[in-house]
Amino acid sequence: MDQSRIRNFCIVAHIDHGKSTLADRIIERTGLLTSREMQEQVLDNMDLERERGITIKAQAVRTVYKAKDGKEYILNLIDTPGHVDFNYEVSRSLAACDGAILVVDAAQGIEAQTLANVYLALDHDLEVFPVINKIDLPSAEPERVMNEIEDVIGIEAKNAPLISAKNGIGIDEVLEAIVERLPAPTGDENAPLKALIFDSLYDSYRGVIVFMRIRDGRVSRGTKIRMMATGAVFDVVEVGTFGAGQFIPCEELSAGMVGYLTASIKNVRDTAVGDTVTDDRNPCSEPLPGYKKVLSMVYCGMYPADGAKYPDLRDALEKLQLNDASLSYEPETSVALGFGFRCGFLGLLHLEIIEERLEREYNLDLVTTAPSVIYHVYKTNGEMIELTNPSNLPDPSEIEYMEEPFVSAEIMVTTEYIGPIMELCQQRRGRYLGMEYIEQTRALLKYELPLNEIIYDFFDALKSKSRGYASFDYELKGYEKSELVKLDILINKEEVDALSFIVHRDGAYERGRKMCEKLKDEIPRHLFEIPIQAAIGGKVIARETIKALRKDVLAKCYGGDITRKKKLLEKQKEGKKRMRQFGNVEIPQRAFMSVLKLDEE
Amino acid sequence: MPDLGIYIHIPFCVRKCSYCDFLSFSAGEETGKDYLDALICEIREKGPQYRGYIITSVFIGGGTPSSVPSGHITKILRTVRENFEVSEDCEISMESNPGTLTEEKLKEYKKAGINRLSMGLQSASDRELSWLGRIHTFAGFLASYDLVIKSGFKNVNIDLMYGIPGQTKASWEKTLREVLGLNPRPTHISAYSLIVEEGTPFYEIYGEAAGGRENGKDPERQYPPLPSEEEERNMDKITEDILSKYGYHRYEISNYAKKGFECRHNLRYWKRGEYLGLGLGAASFTDNIRYRNTDDLSVYLRRGFRKEDYQVLSEREQMEEFMFLGLRLTEGILTDEFERVFRKPFPKRYWDVIYRYENLCFIELEDSPEGLRVRLTPKGRDISNRILSEFLFDP
Repeated sequence: MDQSRIRNFCIVAHIDHGKSTLADRIIERTGLLTSREMQEQVLDNMDLERERGITIKAQAVRTVYKAKDGKEYILNLIDTPGHVDFNYEVSRSLAACDGAILVVDAAQGIEAQTLANVYLALDHDLEVFPVINKIDLPSAEPERVMNEIEDVIGIEAKNAPLISAKNGIGIDEVLEAIVERLPAPTGDENAPLKALIFDSLYDSYRGVIVFMRIRDGRVSRGTKIRMMATGAVFDVVEVGTFGAGQFIPCEELSAGMVGYLTASIKNVRDTAVGDTVTDDRNPCSEPLPGYKKVLSMVYCGMYPADGAKYPDLRDALEKLQLNDASLSYEPETSVALGFGFRCGFLGLLHLEIIEERLEREYNLDLVTTAPSVIYHVYKTNGEMIELTNPSNLPDPSEIEYMEEPFVSAEIMVTTEYIGPIMELCQQRRGRYLGMEYIEQTRALLKYELPLNEIIYDFFDALKSKSRGYASFDYELKGYEKSELVKLDILINKEEVDALSFIVHRDGAYERGRKMCEKLKDEIPRHLFEIPIQAAIGGKVIARETIKALRKDVLAKCYGGDITRKKKLLEKQKEGKKRMRQFGNVEIPQRAFMSVLKLDEE
Repeated sequence: MPDLGIYIHIPFCVRKCSYCDFLSFSAGEETGKDYLDALICEIREKGPQYRGYIITSVFIGGGTPSSVPSGHITKILRTVRENFEVSEDCEISMESNPGTLTEEKLKEYKKAGINRLSMGLQSASDRELSWLGRIHTFAGFLASYDLVIKSGFKNVNIDLMYGIPGQTKASWEKTLREVLGLNPRPTHISAYSLIVEEGTPFYEIYGEAAGGRENGKDPERQYPPLPSEEEERNMDKITEDILSKYGYHRYEISNYAKKGFECRHNLRYWKRGEYLGLGLGAASFTDNIRYRNTDDLSVYLRRGFRKEDYQVLSEREQMEEFMFLGLRLTEGILTDEFERVFRKPFPKRYWDVIYRYENLCFIELEDSPEGLRVRLTPKGRDISNRILSEFLFDP
């Protein structure tokens, strides 16, 4: 394979700046597919992604382009996820490329993720050229955006193609620029096999399908391969390249190529993203750099609404994990919710996606507890525990001190909203690091924030305080000592473990009071009075009371219409079913979730 | 010979009250006549299907049966007698409203065989009556009551209502005292707590969508607020306290009677006796089947007597009914009777419910000579829907 005819690249952009649409146009224009065969967005083939407009799983497509020089080039377009939760996956996708197209919206200009992604691309030594999209919008200001790109990012933008991916304007220019401006791979076909895994997919017939970029060497059917980080060894069954939405087997993959292999691999954990594939009989001397074990950042308890569905939930999590190595789970029990699982996620979006998939694809009705981060609890006996479930916090007398994770956050915002955003960050215990003016009307705010303050609803609050203009990016910075307390909720004098959570001492009173108020609204009146209390270490700091139900009686007999009376009783019974029995108190399932949204006014 | 009750619906009123969601409307003379014809036709059609049954109670309800010409009532009862076997001592009740009763009408009712007259008083306060949308005053009621007694009715019920707009504990007590001051006293008193039903004018003001009981929506400030739940329950309590001193015993959630004057027809509903409903929208329960007549007047007038919402009760449904109907009665249910009726042991899950509520003092057990009795305590009665719904099986 002549490597000079290959271009491996990705498209980076802020969300909604038109990445997927441009990808569609490139695929369309290179003629692999007819327009009729095109799904609207070929790269996003999960329902959920389509609805959310976010690309979750990285995927790749190979197209053939006949350039103006008369030669045919193979373009491997590798798609990258578009959310900060998936930063590591993005970085591995970028590492599989040699160049990147930076798409910037001609009206909105540079946004937080534009910067985050382009810096990530430059960090991976990718050649980047910009394109200005949506130039047909009335509010388009391509000149301003070009200057912004040159000023802020420092890459040349004067010759940037001016395009409209949606209306197919300027696509040929983009294709020519890919061939002319992005470098060809320069691997050594004769060196030992060295390939980067950038994604994988579980198929129930073929096992795991490993997506990879061959750096050096070659691989074909029968090659005995080894995953260098996990150590797993397999015999390759099939290799091939990516058509649009299908796998096309081929004889061999060699240096510079992007493709897949199957080897009867049963578990995605054996094919970690970022790992290096080599030839077991003739291994390369060292793996490719950058491999990290993916760590869950956010944890929550997931319980089946119907306790009898516990095995179903276990099976569903098992199946989801086949395709998603970053999902972790282990069984746990709660007094309030019964048997369930403590699940770990990359971030809140990842959590929500898994929750939705469980409910939608596996038809499970779930009760989810408040998300928590991992706290480091240093005990007086010198032991350190990583706490993911607040109810497992040791007795305060055994705790020397606690640490919580902090993130470095960058928020891009138009200047008029700087005030409210700073106020929000302040409320969330943010530490102001600095501010840079990107241009006269826009600034980049830098903060350090505790992770537990942003996992609930920070993003929503940010959007509402900036009328949707602010954008946000963060990465984990490290752990810091912090004044943390466990806030317990007592319903009818009994602690409900599923409602406990860890909070900074300063915010505990406010949060406790709000929780009690919210629960008072959510829990229906019972036959007796129910106190709802928030407590820290046994000391009550807030209280609400649900008055006892005094009257629920049907006086009339409706002229013997017993059926009508029964319907009324049935309705009552039906309402009861969506409740969790906790001691004598019935708590509606929604109550567990509603306390996560305390800040909605 | 099996016995049967007959309910006859007269869906006409002078004016519909603000809280009423029964099937009733004001109608012209023509419609009244057409309705009578259809009803007579239905009685004649149904009669032969119930050969072998003896009728031991008849209840003419509405609407306001006393608002139609008294000749209609005579004709209805005559037709019933011609087509059914009516027992000698049959209880024949009719509902009436003050302001629609005259001496002539009462004479005719008596002649037609009515032996129990129910009068809708609701309140002794004229202000409260006007808020309810009633057409009569308390003075008007007193005049009607005199006529009723003079006409020779010995068995009289008075309907009262508490928990109505603007009512206080004091005004409710006054209503009770006024009724007890009647001479002679009525044999039966029904005291209903107002229920704000969907589709009534009150629902617009006091319904959930309008902000509920205590902060109702009433832009013109025509209506005072409803009493709080607490006040309303106090009214319920003093009702029982006061009436019991005068020899009325509470035999069902909303019904009080002097000994021997319990409404036989009413008891039939709670004891799962059989009854045949005649007229618009009337409900029936015969041969273990529940069904209703059409509630579309034009269909009924075209002699559309088809059975609607036809439901054959499964054994489970019969058990459910046994419990949630029987427990409305003060005497409650006998577990032995349950076992006798169903030839099965009293279900364990029912015991579970009973013990749970017994613990909370909402249910009490009594080892009586007839067997083990289960009944609601006064506290349990207040929230009876909660408890009764627990006796429904899972679908």
